[in-house]
Amino acid sequence: MSSVAADPPADAGAGTTAAVAGPPHGAPVIPDFEIVPRGGLVLAGVVLVALVVAVATNGIWGLEFMHVAFGAAWTTIDLFMGFVLGPILGHMSVQARIELSTRLMPKMLVIMPAVVTATLVGGWQLSTKLGTNQQAFVNHGWVVASMIVVGVMAILALGLLEPANIAVLIELKKKRPRPDVIEHLMKRFIYCSGVIGALQIATLVIMTKLAS
Amino acid sequence: MERQFPPVTQTAMASLALIVAGGIYLSAHLPNHVSLTPAVILLVLSVLLMAWNMLSLTRVQDFAWGRFFTVARWSMLAYAVTAGLIEFVFVRNHVSGGVLVVLTLSVVVYAIHVPTLIGFTVARYYEGPDA
Repeated sequence: MSSVAADPPADAGAGTTAAVAGPPHGAPVIPDFEIVPRGGLVLAGVVLVALVVAVATNGIWGLEFMHVAFGAAWTTIDLFMGFVLGPILGHMSVQARIELSTRLMPKMLVIMPAVVTATLVGGWQLSTKLGTNQQAFVNHGWVVASMIVVGVMAILALGLLEPANIAVLIELKKKRPRPDVIEHLMKRFIYCSGVIGALQIATLVIMTKLAS
Repeated sequence: MERQFPPVTQTAMASLALIVAGGIYLSAHLPNHVSLTPAVILLVLSVLLMAWNMLSLTRVQDFAWGRFFTVARWSMLAYAVTAGLIEFVFVRNHVSGGVLVVLTLSVVVYAIHVPTLIGFTVARYYEGPDA
């Protein structure tokens, strides 16, 4: 365990800076945690092996399962993170925020890449098999729109979300984590989750249109 | 006062956006043969941005290279797995020729640039012995 370096900032009492810096009487305690949970890696490996099998066998059921089940998980997690948990996190006490982050973010680190890879690879293979990625498909414009939305989400997730996630966890592992760094990275994580959550609504619109 | 770094994150995101755009361009025209030129131009620009990013990083004084490589190496292992899966789908669907080359190189950019970005984001806040 370690504690956050908690010299009270000049603007203590205002906004999230104060929250992250913590109360002046006693620095928040950081529970011990694994940055990458090894048990989760095994589960992610199982998902990826199942994905390879689904693509190699090229059966409709397997591909639909990978795309729909993991796509639903991806959308739900992003909406929940962006619009439910994110705003709540911003109003939690430092200690509660740290405890939630050290338990949630390592799991997200393993879950999200596996879920996203299964959704996209399964979806592309399914689309190829059904011919819905061909220009002749009646809703081809919607398919291209979905690619653009997914592309934007991928750039945000890969460029901002994932690095912030890992950096926060590594910062929290330090003997004396810097509250300003954690605050900065957590803000990035929460805002980015919100934008991706909004884009997931566009995904829902497109996917329901394609399925109807 | 926070240290100043080159715009590594912004540059990496622009580089990723270029290969994503190239991929969408190629995918959107299936199964018709389409000119590879726009996709090649986007890929070349993406590679140039990646090279510029690496060069910028090497010029940063007292950068925590030890921490950077530790994080980037493990990230690269993870992203190599996902890149391999993407490549597997291309080959499984008999993508070949110039399109396969462009898509493969785009996947390589992805598998190098994302771990670089993760390593940078961690190392920029590191103030250890190698910083």
